[in-house]
Amino acid sequence: MDTLDLTLDHPLRSFRLSVAATLGRETLALVGPSGAGKSSVLRAIAGLLGPERGRIELGEETWLDTDAGVDLPPERRSVGLVFQEYALFPHLNVRRNVAFGGRERVDELLERFRISHLAHARPGDLSGGERQRVALARALARDPSVLLLDEPLSALDAHTRNVVRGELAELLAELRLPTLLVTHDFEDAAALADRVGVIVDGRILQVGSAGDLLAAPADAFVASFTGANLLHGTARPGLNGLTEVVLDDARLAYSTDEVGGRVGLAVYPWEIALARTEPADSAVNHLRGDVRSLVALGNRVRVRVGPLTAEITAASAERLALREGEPVVASFKATAARLVPLA
Amino acid sequence: MRSPFAVVLALATALTLSFLILPIVAIFVDIPPGRLLDGMNDPAAVDALVVTLKTTLVANIVILLVGTPAAYWLATNEFRAKPLLVTAVELPLVLPPAVAGIGLLAAFGRLGLLGGTLDVLGLSIPFTQLAVVFAVMFVASPFYIRAAISAFESIDPALPGAARTLGAGPARTFFRVALPLASGGLGAGWALSFARGIGEFGATIMFAGSLQGVTQTLSLAVYEQFDVDFDVALAIGAELVAVSAFLLLAVKLVPTWTRSTSPSTTLSAPFASR
Repeated sequence: MDTLDLTLDHPLRSFRLSVAATLGRETLALVGPSGAGKSSVLRAIAGLLGPERGRIELGEETWLDTDAGVDLPPERRSVGLVFQEYALFPHLNVRRNVAFGGRERVDELLERFRISHLAHARPGDLSGGERQRVALARALARDPSVLLLDEPLSALDAHTRNVVRGELAELLAELRLPTLLVTHDFEDAAALADRVGVIVDGRILQVGSAGDLLAAPADAFVASFTGANLLHGTARPGLNGLTEVVLDDARLAYSTDEVGGRVGLAVYPWEIALARTEPADSAVNHLRGDVRSLVALGNRVRVRVGPLTAEITAASAERLALREGEPVVASFKATAARLVPLA
Repeated sequence: MRSPFAVVLALATALTLSFLILPIVAIFVDIPPGRLLDGMNDPAAVDALVVTLKTTLVANIVILLVGTPAAYWLATNEFRAKPLLVTAVELPLVLPPAVAGIGLLAAFGRLGLLGGTLDVLGLSIPFTQLAVVFAVMFVASPFYIRAAISAFESIDPALPGAARTLGAGPARTFFRVALPLASGGLGAGWALSFARGIGEFGATIMFAGSLQGVTQTLSLAVYEQFDVDFDVALAIGAELVAVSAFLLLAVKLVPTWTRSTSPSTTLSAPFASR
């Protein structure tokens, strides 16, 4: 089995892209905000961007080694790259688009992606989901050894996105190719990838399973990117072995993490409980505040209380008869309060 | 009662149209159709037609075969001197034809820059059919090359990129992706360049002269015959009008999908389509 091994160092507009990664038969998602250098990593692997320095190897085969002067052109690297907006050839019909990558498996791929009936349609006449399937079929027609996906879901509307996300997860599990996927959406990354790397300003801040990142974000950016509330404060040792955090609004919170100095306190919305009065439970953190907004999301409700966002079931929101402007108490356990050092 | 302004607008439109259409109509109705056809059969007219067809064909083949790859290279490479080079390509567009003629003489004439070299090779270009081809290429090719550069530049760079990652080398990418996607712009640019070449007069008469059967093209023959036989001049004029009108129609009818095929334009509204 071939592993993809890469180290890249390349100046981008306002920072240096400096990335190293090794991929076996797995999907690695690089997640980060727009302009973090995610797409440049994919372009460099595909050979569409020549990095200033770097090495890319697939098993025994060297695709790029700037020190040795090796730089294979894109057509000699066995990659399937799915572009962000799919880059289907507008002048060719679906069948010819797929056949562009390789003629042998066209029928099988059209079948596999349920686009046989669209074989003679032009890309301009397809829906977003259909285009995505054509782009995947075309990328796989070359029988690539590495799959690269650039924001594979971002061009889709919310409904199609959920469906396609499920299909894509199945496909990736079936292919078992070294796959590098970039996205700005942590949820997409968590749903599709075995490992997730958070990339900001050209650097990978943390790599791990989506669960690892949620459980122990390495820094404030990773925490907020994974969807956590982030409260700033100053940490110091407190009673009972807990860490006491004096939040910037002077309120106190407690965490089991042992960190001192300026910190970010990260707590996920689904770990926050709401009550009308301060409950007598195991949670040590109780923050009072007024309900600032209520947003229903199916069977859940997102409630903003002071600086926090809590996510509770619709049934609980009903039972508490929550209304905007009314006071509530938000509670979370010290074990759910993760501390990340701030620079 | 119409407003005076509407009357002014209507008058201006009527004046414009009749002024522009009248001379063209006059070419066809000034003499009876029989004499027009006779004029076309005049040896001077036939010779001019043959010269024009030959030189235009050669000039346009060279423009397409050399100009297209040159435009592709200029469109797909970024370097500091690029604006300068593109300006150099565009300069003949704004040059007075007489200047083009004197320039060609200064470069390729017997006493010109390359005159000595060409002499050694036994070549003398001025006042030959090759000189007509040179004059046409010099004044007409910038129309094509300029349009071709912008046609290639307007291709979404992701598309050639996708072709490369799908295993196509640079040549296959050019022929299968860049060329078809630019074809609309290339066709429109070529029609303009072709029309300019057919109408070429000033540079040709200075550099190639106006020898019947050798360098006298249709445009030159109109001028020459107008002293000799006005009917023949009209007949040649009619031929040129027909060619130009056909070209103009062709440009307008170039399929529009080839011109606006960036996927981003369609993807900005992914569900607007079926």
